[in-house]
Amino acid sequence: MAGSIPILKIGPTLLATIQIDLHDTVVDAFQNDVLLEIEKSGSSGLIIDISALESVDSYVARMLANTAKMAKLMGTETIIVGMQPAVAATLVRMGYFMSGIRTALSLQEGLELQAERRKTLDSE
Amino acid sequence: MVESNAEVWEIRIDKEADIIAIRQLIRELTRQFKFDQFASAAMTTAASELSRNVWVHAKSGVARIGVLRGGNRIGLELALVDHGPGIANLERALAGGYSTANSLGLGLSGTKRLVDEFDIDTEPGRGTTIVIRKWKKEF
Repeated sequence: MAGSIPILKIGPTLLATIQIDLHDTVVDAFQNDVLLEIEKSGSSGLIIDISALESVDSYVARMLANTAKMAKLMGTETIIVGMQPAVAATLVRMGYFMSGIRTALSLQEGLELQAERRKTLDSE
Repeated sequence: MVESNAEVWEIRIDKEADIIAIRQLIRELTRQFKFDQFASAAMTTAASELSRNVWVHAKSGVARIGVLRGGNRIGLELALVDHGPGIANLERALAGGYSTANSLGLGLSGTKRLVDEFDIDTEPGRGTTIVIRKWKKEF
């Protein structure tokens, strides 16, 4: 278990808040925990809050992108929220654009985006 | 293990946690010398990319971190030395979009764009030395 990365259920959304420096063992455990929580809770939305991260290297960026892909395979949409300005600038300067990954400025915006999406799905 | 002598630090790389130690020291130094958040994130990320390269490709190596003082400007230098497999096709590796191991294939070319100076010396079968420098921007 990841332990150090809390995964909370907020209504129909799962929220994972990353606050620590990530390394291999934590990353694998985190991905597994998130997928198990999705299954358990039946959440249609996952939000990963990275606002505490002052730097994100290609390894962590790929981990985040892969987590979103895994969740998507299960049928859950991921939004990464709170990326700091310097993190965004660094990733793009490195050539890593996080293509296909949904993001939002803040946790609040992320929750609103997911609420809108659910409304659209319900009305269809 | 971190060893310090005045303004030079040495961290041996032989496990994954050493990458985090290097990253944290660089971040701490950029903060201490009041680099702006963009320069701090860039140098910290570059340190993370390069030390991960050492760990993934060479398994072990040494990181030397130093403070640069020239005139009225200040900078940080990170040198990574390993005796791993070296890079056979350096031109290709620096052109980007190319990777031999478990990475994005943006490693060296991407990292180069994050720093002010980037020097590499590599020989297949003998190892690789990379030195990067980042200067604090004065406004």
